[in-house]
Amino acid sequence: MLKVDHLNASYGEMQVLKSISITVEQGSIVSVVGSNGVGKTTLLKAISGIIPSKGIISFDGEVLNGLPPHRIVGRGIIHVPEGRKIFPDMSVIENLMMGAFLHRNTCKQNLDRVFELFPRLAERRKQSGGTLSGGEQQMLAIGRGLMANPRLLLLDEPSLGLSPIFTDTVFRTIEQIRKSGVTVLLVEQNVFRSLSISDQAYVITNGSVVLNGSGRELLENPEVKRAFLGR
Amino acid sequence: MLIIQSLVSGLLTGGVYALAGIGMSLVFGVMNVSNFAHGDLMMLGMYLAYFAFTLLHIDPYLSLVLILPVSFLFGFLLEKLFVSRVIHHPHQNQILLTVGLGLIMSNSALLAFTSDPRILTTTYSSSSVMIFSDVSVSVPLLLSFLVTCAITALLYLFLARTRTGMALRATSQNREAAQLMGIDVSKMSAITFGIGTGLAAAAGALIAPVYYIHPMAGHNFLLKAFTVCVLGGLGSVPGATLGGLIIGVVEAFSATWISTDWKDVVVFMLFLAVLLFRPQGLFGKRGGE
Ligand SMILES: Nc1ncnc2c1ncn2[C@@H]1O[C@H](COP(=O)(O)OP(=O)(O)O)[C@@H](O)[C@H]1O
Ligand SMILES: [Mg+2]
Repeated sequence: MLKVDHLNASYGEMQVLKSISITVEQGSIVSVVGSNGVGKTTLLKAISGIIPSKGIISFDGEVLNGLPPHRIVGRGIIHVPEGRKIFPDMSVIENLMMGAFLHRNTCKQNLDRVFELFPRLAERRKQSGGTLSGGEQQMLAIGRGLMANPRLLLLDEPSLGLSPIFTDTVFRTIEQIRKSGVTVLLVEQNVFRSLSISDQAYVITNGSVVLNGSGRELLENPEVKRAFLGR
Repeated sequence: MLIIQSLVSGLLTGGVYALAGIGMSLVFGVMNVSNFAHGDLMMLGMYLAYFAFTLLHIDPYLSLVLILPVSFLFGFLLEKLFVSRVIHHPHQNQILLTVGLGLIMSNSALLAFTSDPRILTTTYSSSSVMIFSDVSVSVPLLLSFLVTCAITALLYLFLARTRTGMALRATSQNREAAQLMGIDVSKMSAITFGIGTGLAAAAGALIAPVYYIHPMAGHNFLLKAFTVCVLGGLGSVPGATLGGLIIGVVEAFSATWISTDWKDVVVFMLFLAVLLFRPQGLFGKRGGE
């Protein structure tokens, strides 16, 4: 479904992605793991077109490079960014409506679905986004992504800074999202949990892939255990 | 009763300042660009109203029906041709560009219209009405205030209810997240600059009947619009609305109790005081940039 082939990306002089290649099969959960600052967020930003990149990003066989972000959203690639980036002065419901910006005709039914998935958001529909707790903001960010009828959902550190209860909710939700037919590309610092739900996973250091395999294989890999699982 | 008289005329004038400030603040919020050509755009609005009146015999308040769309289009094109090129650049480049655009406008006006100030005199220019039995209000000021209220109300409705208005607010609150929603943020920038220009020109046209029309009039307006924005918090539309009214009242009070010559000084001191003690403005959250 998504193929990233020998992709390079830089901020000014500093090259962050160095010939990185990953493949995401339709209907799967794929994780990208790696320490802080190795370029995980940069990879997702390159895919969603927020930053320019060199190399090939293809989606259903069509090359995405050079398309502006709103066109990439139009193709069904929806990026839920690191740090949530909700609209602080808009209500919960307005935030969700912004998610449906290109899909007004399915807005109502998606809204019902999101409120069913996150009843907490329904309770706070009139509250402004900036006043929600971190966990609620994360639900809002994911819900806002689902409003856009994603075919491929890019999730950047969805459990970062959340309590164990919210972390559980997030991982359960990711599995539900996949069951509903949406493909997920997940970036996580909670390596154990993300590998546990992944069909395929990539370990990146310093802007390139150093290891890949099924989630289970990587969980058993001695290097992964030593570097990320503290065992 | 002097105090009520000053308060009323201050609020009426402040409405127009608010309109000018809202335009500038909206541009800052959505594009993160300080538009130093804003005052000169107001000056162009004054001339548009003047020529609509003298050449086409259209009442200055009615001519807004023409001035608003024309200036929107002008601003939209300015953004597409020039401002969009510096939107991701450091602030100093943006300042150079917008100051440059403003200089081109004021000097072109100087060439085309000469430096002689002009006065737009309507049949009702010097008439006034009495309210509260002993407070007199000038008719052109009252009319301009009513039109200002109507334009501001329409703008608020547009921002709150329409799809494009909501997209503008989203872009202003988080440009990157707006892109991820599928919003074409470069189009939003052009629309915003068009609206900002439209509001500047409208404010200019609205005060044309009570002000000298002059190619260099923009400088004073820019300072005022900027003060309104800073007072309300850069990027905040409600802040600019309130900020404009406050500046109008402060001006009127200082003209009454200190001296007309000093009112600009008092406004400027208010500007410095806000920068010193509350750089984020009354409503701002973004911090003193
Ligand atoms: N906007 C930026 N400008 C300059 N450097 C950046 C920017 N964003 C990230 N970087 C740098 O790029 C590298 C990769 O960052 P990032 O992709 O955010 O890493 P990760 O998500 O894996 O923690 C880091 O060294 C970071 O400091
Ligand atoms: Mg990151």
